[in-house]
Amino acid sequence: MCLGIPGRIIDVCGGGDLRSGTVDFDGVRRQVCLAYAPEADVGDYVIVHVGFAISVVDPAEAERTLAVIRAIPDALTGELGPK
Amino acid sequence: MKYLDEYRDPVLARRLLADLAAAAGHPWTIMEVCGGQTHTIVRQGIDELLPAGIHMIHGPGCPVCVTPLETVDKALAIAARPGVVFASYGDMLRVPGSQGDLLGVKARGGDVRAVYSPLDAVRLAAACPDRQVVFFAVGFETTAPANAMAVLHAARAGLDNFSVLVSHVLVPPAITAILDAPDNEVQAFLAAGHVCAIMGWTEYEPIAARYRVPIVVTGFEPLDLLEGILMAVRQLEDGRAEVENQYARAVRRTGNTAAQAAMREVFTVASRTWRGIGPIPASGLALAAAYARFDAERRFGVGAVTTREHPECIAGEILRGTRLPTDCLAYGVECTPRHPLGAPMVSSEGTCAAFYAAGRRSPTVEETAR
Amino acid sequence: MTNPLLAACPAPARSTDRLLLGHGSGGQLMAELLRDVIAPHLAAPIEDAAVVPFAGGEAVLSTDGFVVTPRFFPGGDIGSLAVYGTVNDLAMRGAEPVALCLAYLLEEGLDVAELHAVTASVAAAARTVGVPVVTGDTKVVGRGAADGIYLTTTGLGRRLPGADVSAVRGAPGDVVLLSGPIGSHGSAILSVREGLGFEADITSDSQPLHGLVAAMIAAGGPDVHALRDPTRGGLASALNELAAASGVGIDIEEAAVPVPPAVAAACELLGLDVLHVANEGCLVALVAAGAADRVLAAMRSRPEGARARVIGDVVAGPVGRVTARTLVGSRRIVDMLVGEQLPRIC
Repeated sequence: MCLGIPGRIIDVCGGGDLRSGTVDFDGVRRQVCLAYAPEADVGDYVIVHVGFAISVVDPAEAERTLAVIRAIPDALTGELGPK
Repeated sequence: MKYLDEYRDPVLARRLLADLAAAAGHPWTIMEVCGGQTHTIVRQGIDELLPAGIHMIHGPGCPVCVTPLETVDKALAIAARPGVVFASYGDMLRVPGSQGDLLGVKARGGDVRAVYSPLDAVRLAAACPDRQVVFFAVGFETTAPANAMAVLHAARAGLDNFSVLVSHVLVPPAITAILDAPDNEVQAFLAAGHVCAIMGWTEYEPIAARYRVPIVVTGFEPLDLLEGILMAVRQLEDGRAEVENQYARAVRRTGNTAAQAAMREVFTVASRTWRGIGPIPASGLALAAAYARFDAERRFGVGAVTTREHPECIAGEILRGTRLPTDCLAYGVECTPRHPLGAPMVSSEGTCAAFYAAGRRSPTVEETAR
Repeated sequence: MTNPLLAACPAPARSTDRLLLGHGSGGQLMAELLRDVIAPHLAAPIEDAAVVPFAGGEAVLSTDGFVVTPRFFPGGDIGSLAVYGTVNDLAMRGAEPVALCLAYLLEEGLDVAELHAVTASVAAAARTVGVPVVTGDTKVVGRGAADGIYLTTTGLGRRLPGADVSAVRGAPGDVVLLSGPIGSHGSAILSVREGLGFEADITSDSQPLHGLVAAMIAAGGPDVHALRDPTRGGLASALNELAAASGVGIDIEEAAVPVPPAVAAACELLGLDVLHVANEGCLVALVAAGAADRVLAAMRSRPEGARARVIGDVVAGPVGRVTARTLVGSRRIVDMLVGEQLPRIC
């Protein structure tokens, strides 16, 4: 449900219900409605679903998730080869 | 892509799997609600890497799959009208109604178009004032604010040639319905990250408490899913039943309040029939009275369509997670992505289609693949 | 053949900016079309059939129709595509191109400037390949009976010495080689298709592969067992077809398949599997293990194959089964595309 892909805002225009901006996804750009991301600004990453930014990515939380996983000891890795 | 590729790291995936194997002392059955998560699990073969005893059940979280046959038939009837431009997300174009699908209507001369965004349908209406543009507004809570904004834009622009065929569903009532079923086997849920990006997770807290069931708000990449499963298993092993948030980079407890406000403005909560499951009270959205003039069912007088499902299809049990696609007599024989009998075979997120795409033809085939 | 429009009008307008039905009627208008629009780009076909010198060996024939929308896309257009597509089909049987035939199916009302542009592109592509367009045909159909321009190219090729390339020759133990990154053509087309509203730094990979194939055959001879250019249906379909035709299984490593970042992004956004996205400038090869290093080196020595790499191997079975080791190290079956590729939201 609900393909949502992170992209970076490269410009913003309008306000309220008409707030929109260009979002870049690694070289693919699209006009995206930013009405639901009123706090998002140029340079922020937003999660885009059907042309709407539904959430602003929190870089600190993104890093924290990875840090937690990286902190898992590597000891058992060798035993778990692909089937 | 930033914020995607990092969460597909195979080395970190192995670490999570190792941790999961160490954490899982008992067999557990966990449902991922969302079809997007099902897609990742099946496409990446994650379920085959899980420790023995950790059993994933694929939930009803594919809006394409749970849209009732009746609604699909209404869409077909409207799309076939002369003067109508029927705009839809690509997913809905191949969903079988009782007589064919929207692509079939297009082949017979109907003007059916795939759009990426509901606002594209509003733009179409503005550009074609002499045509009636109808948008097929399907989706869960993630998509509802976008579809609501399309209605708000059309209202502001005074477009009287734009309407929506609404088929919106809500996740928490579906989870409750699954938990209430006497044959329920689900012991923990991975809640859908993008639904929660809109709604937050406060409405899941009473469910976790009342049914003593762990719920983990989870993202969509392999590491997200593995971590979500790990968090659910830890709760189960510890005897906890809490709502936890694995997808913290995108989901906050109270969700997206601006999006919720637009949803409340345009839609009201309504009872809804889920394809394959049946009616669930207060599990859907309908247009609020103030926006009823945008209701395509009314505008085109298709309110009275009634239909019947294919007798062999076990979509209901599959959507509730009590049976697997490979249990279905029609699966892979009469029912394939090319000729789907039931909705879960249509969207690539549908459990049956996801199984089929991954080549899960039958248990014997699967065993050989290992 | 009489054109009713012309019969009704004693002094037919000789509009040069829009194609008339009469331009296909075999009369003066048609002669003018050939003289003014086609001949400036391609040597005027005076005869209905061409005589082509052919120095022994085996002739290889291929024909292909081209109906792309939009006709001009980043990295190419229907004209160059029609030349490279058929040249590549010949190459996939180990043949070098000798001559091409070109048939136009045109819609009444077509902008003649566009026909100029497409024909110029055909000519430029043929020069790039070094293959003459020796004869052809032009038809005009009524407005609405076709969509602008359809092209059909038929290629005559000569099998390269030492080549024994066929979809049925894949054998267990063969190595699967891919000549370059995938997905560019299909996503370039989708990104400019109306309605989706995307703008992308993606250009089609449309290019001729005969030179690459010649280098591969020179290096590997009959050890190059099977070749396929993964056009519509993408790499997944090409591998499935080869596995079925050769009666083998194929295992690939998903992480080994190169995908340009913008292509990967477009696929994420539209919910497409890049293995199903069309290509027009890469090939996949099944090569005997003993010759694989030599063939790979030969591929990498050419610009079309600079990023060639091993992506998997051929196994005895299950017959017709293609599997991929996924990014996280599991295995999945790689199936062919079903029907039309549609963007999805969920």
